[in-house]
Amino acid sequence: MRMRLPTFPLLVRCRASLLLVACGLMLGKAPSLSARDLDDHFGIPQVKFINEQVAAGWADAKIKPADPATDQEWCRRVHLDIIGRIPTVQELNAYVADSSPAKRANLVGRLLGDDYVDEYARNWTDVWTTILIGRSTENDNVNRAGMRQWLRRAFSKNMPYDRFVTELVTATGVNKSGEKGFNGATNFLSGKLDENGIQATAKTAQVFLGLQVQCTQCHNHPFNKGKQNQFWEFNAFFRQSRALRKFEGTRDVQAIELVDEDWSGEGGNAAQAELYYELRNGQMKVAFPVFIDGTAVDPTGYLPAKMDDGTEYGVNRRQALSQLIVDSPLMPKAAVNRVWSHFFGYGFTRPIDDLGEHNAPSHPELLDGLGERLREQSFDVKELIRWITLSQAYSLASRITKPNASDDPAVGEKPKFSRFYLRQMRPEELYQSLLTATEADQADDKGEKASRKKDEWLSQFIIAFGTDEGDEATTFNGSIPQVLMMFNGDLVKTATATGKGGFLDRVATAEMSNAQRIDALYAAALARKPSRKEISLANQMMVARKGDAIGALQDIWWAVLNSNEFIINH
Amino acid sequence: MSVSSRLVDGMNRRHFMSHLAGAAALASPATAFTNSILANATDMKKRHKAAILLWMGGGPSTMDIWDLKPGAATSGPFKPISTSADGIQICEHMPLMAQQMHHMSLVRSMSTREADHMRGRYYMHTGYVPNPNVEHPSYGAVVAHELADQVPDLEIPPFVSVGSGSVGPGFLGMTWAPFVVDSNGNVRNMDMGIDPARLAQRLEMLSAIEDKFIGEKRGASADDHAKVLSKTVKLMTSQQMDAFKVMKEPKELQDRYGNTGFGRGCLMARRLVEQGVPFVEVDLGGWDNHADIFKTLSDTKLPELDKAMSALVSDLADRGLLDDTAIIWMGEFSRTPNINGNGGRDHWARSWSVAVGGAGFKRGVVVGETSSDGKEVVTEPYSSQDLMASVLKSLDISLETTFTAKNGRPMKIANAGKVIKELFA
Repeated sequence: MRMRLPTFPLLVRCRASLLLVACGLMLGKAPSLSARDLDDHFGIPQVKFINEQVAAGWADAKIKPADPATDQEWCRRVHLDIIGRIPTVQELNAYVADSSPAKRANLVGRLLGDDYVDEYARNWTDVWTTILIGRSTENDNVNRAGMRQWLRRAFSKNMPYDRFVTELVTATGVNKSGEKGFNGATNFLSGKLDENGIQATAKTAQVFLGLQVQCTQCHNHPFNKGKQNQFWEFNAFFRQSRALRKFEGTRDVQAIELVDEDWSGEGGNAAQAELYYELRNGQMKVAFPVFIDGTAVDPTGYLPAKMDDGTEYGVNRRQALSQLIVDSPLMPKAAVNRVWSHFFGYGFTRPIDDLGEHNAPSHPELLDGLGERLREQSFDVKELIRWITLSQAYSLASRITKPNASDDPAVGEKPKFSRFYLRQMRPEELYQSLLTATEADQADDKGEKASRKKDEWLSQFIIAFGTDEGDEATTFNGSIPQVLMMFNGDLVKTATATGKGGFLDRVATAEMSNAQRIDALYAAALARKPSRKEISLANQMMVARKGDAIGALQDIWWAVLNSNEFIINH
Repeated sequence: MSVSSRLVDGMNRRHFMSHLAGAAALASPATAFTNSILANATDMKKRHKAAILLWMGGGPSTMDIWDLKPGAATSGPFKPISTSADGIQICEHMPLMAQQMHHMSLVRSMSTREADHMRGRYYMHTGYVPNPNVEHPSYGAVVAHELADQVPDLEIPPFVSVGSGSVGPGFLGMTWAPFVVDSNGNVRNMDMGIDPARLAQRLEMLSAIEDKFIGEKRGASADDHAKVLSKTVKLMTSQQMDAFKVMKEPKELQDRYGNTGFGRGCLMARRLVEQGVPFVEVDLGGWDNHADIFKTLSDTKLPELDKAMSALVSDLADRGLLDDTAIIWMGEFSRTPNINGNGGRDHWARSWSVAVGGAGFKRGVVVGETSSDGKEVVTEPYSSQDLMASVLKSLDISLETTFTAKNGRPMKIANAGKVIKELFA
């Protein structure tokens, strides 16, 4: 039996943009994509290729994919994955109302287009800042703001990925914004050149080539083909590079200037600039710059210059390296694997940045084929994102059914992508989604200032291990501290505040029924309507709060934001 | 089982409400009532096993701490000193620990292969080398999982990590994840600031949403979320949170542990073990000494370690807790016998030492030996899994235990490591 709702004095003074659209119309049904839509690849051959390859994997494993996700589910996930936040109620309703058969392609087009360019850049800047310098690194050698400024520009103009890699690997200049000669890209390497650039070597190979070489610094790899000489030959490419400290007054480091200089080698002969490394048995060996595929570069330590007679000589080793990376077939594969795992929660290998021969991918032809297609597409990452998000696999529901139950990468199986695997939002996504749900993402708080605030909030979850490698972990992993933060933390306190003009106040004072208010909260956070049971509980809370409507809404809103359904991308 | 009932973890809803109401009463100024309950709790406390892992992040140079090689070309400048244990000598910069060595034993014949920080950290915490397809449970998760039944009234998490975050619970699930706190014992965001009745209503609403989502069969993480919610609610209303408050200890005792993060962490570990927590890990980082190692060790790292560790050992012994509490001191690996050009030592896993004591361990003995330059183990070498098996044995945990990983594979506890016999009488 439905309880009679207490009535509230309605102040008709709403900022109703969200609320009016939330009032009912679109969210009643959960229309699914038709089978015809699924068969469709929107006329994009790369999407067709993905669909065929993934489907072949299903056939081999004798599994059937899940049903398509509902419009609301798909709309929520594509916003989260491309721009790093849940959709607003307006965005959700506009998508659900769209009856065009190409509606998915249209939405992806919009999210990748001009309207969302700032949000796209913000999201991918977060993702890549973590990859390049981690979530917590900020010291004399690394300037987060500088790194982010460069990344924001790169993603705002959709810099081709080969260019992106080249600029990061070859960067010279000053790492701090506002300084003369500023180049934010220097922050990738500026903190990794100590101790002969061991970290620069390991990280460059890992991030851009999917090669784990850190163990081979000291010895041949025990169970893959990695050899110690390869590590040091790769390391030789970084030996002309210096991170010079620019001081303010006499003490404080003001900025780092990353430069390349002539290098005379450890043997003192710049024409044959060599380095030495030690084998386990104490024997010393020599290394010159040689790429992992065996391509050797002129061993000179001189930078390019001209002699008086016009003869050119010298090599810029980092520039030579970046060209070898860009030409390597591993480079687009590493990029594809990373982007794919961003959208599906799993890449083709585990971990995603280990493409060594010992680690066979789940879909080798798909990985190779997408890598080739990315190169053909001039390394346009937005196109890669378009292909992935319009694939059939990405459109599936997250539900486990009998015909796909065996596809469970969480227990160690190779992923078959026969359903959308649940995954918790990244902390940055949660942060941004809370701002969106409460319409608090105001224009006056964008760019670096907003990033600082987010960093500050994030720091509560970061554990730095204090090693030279800058290893870190996060407690934003579904454990108690995370739940406590959602229960009682400042961010959620703000999101559930009842102050005048705030989100809950606007819901409470808009001209609508209590049922519509509850609908509005569910639409904003969960992109769905409340169930019968949820409505009945919500009504009980209205009664319990004895006319304190906004207090009841606060309780409901708190519950919605704390739910598994809110924080898990599904 | 519905999530509502899961949220209150076995209690029926009325019981749950009274639990919350009780918490409210305790929070009120009726301290007489509070004190009587606390007094009862102390009386009822039973003996239980526990372990404290002192984790030395970065890889400490054990040949400068526990296994000195005076006169060797590889030796640093430190001199060995005699200790309270017959025949055991340790570094001169550990004078307080030297007085406690009769409570501890050394294994000088550790020999492992993982000399990368993250891999070594994982291996020494789990007994397994990293494997992309399965996550193994760490010491804390295994011990908590095996000993939690001893302390049915424990409301705070059974695996607490002070500072470092440790390594996760792997296939044992988030229930056994480390609860990470800072060394001041502050747990963030504990207070919702609303009355318990209202909290209960919020939780009921929340349960309905959790239930619905779980019912839609989308995977284990939906369920895991609900389980952690339930534990969080328990924690928020628990008096046992007091165990984190090291400032409640006498000033004198605090001074004995040292006014450092590690000192406070060790003191907190003792309070937590007293409260019933089966596993506490305390982190002391800063051992990745690739440069200028000897000054760093003698000026900062060793004094901090010496003060806190010796206070912990003697405090546990004084309170009669040491016989039930294992202490393990280790890092992910050690450092090269050869001193590098920067006056530092690099990563080295082939020959190194750990220290253990308490619980069922034999005390005051040295196991194994390294060569005169420290580069080789000349006796039987021991691995991470051997050490883990020995720690579990000292806690009377059966080594016949077999877990089932998520993929259905059986996994022997401690990776079927062999007990280090010399550590037992």
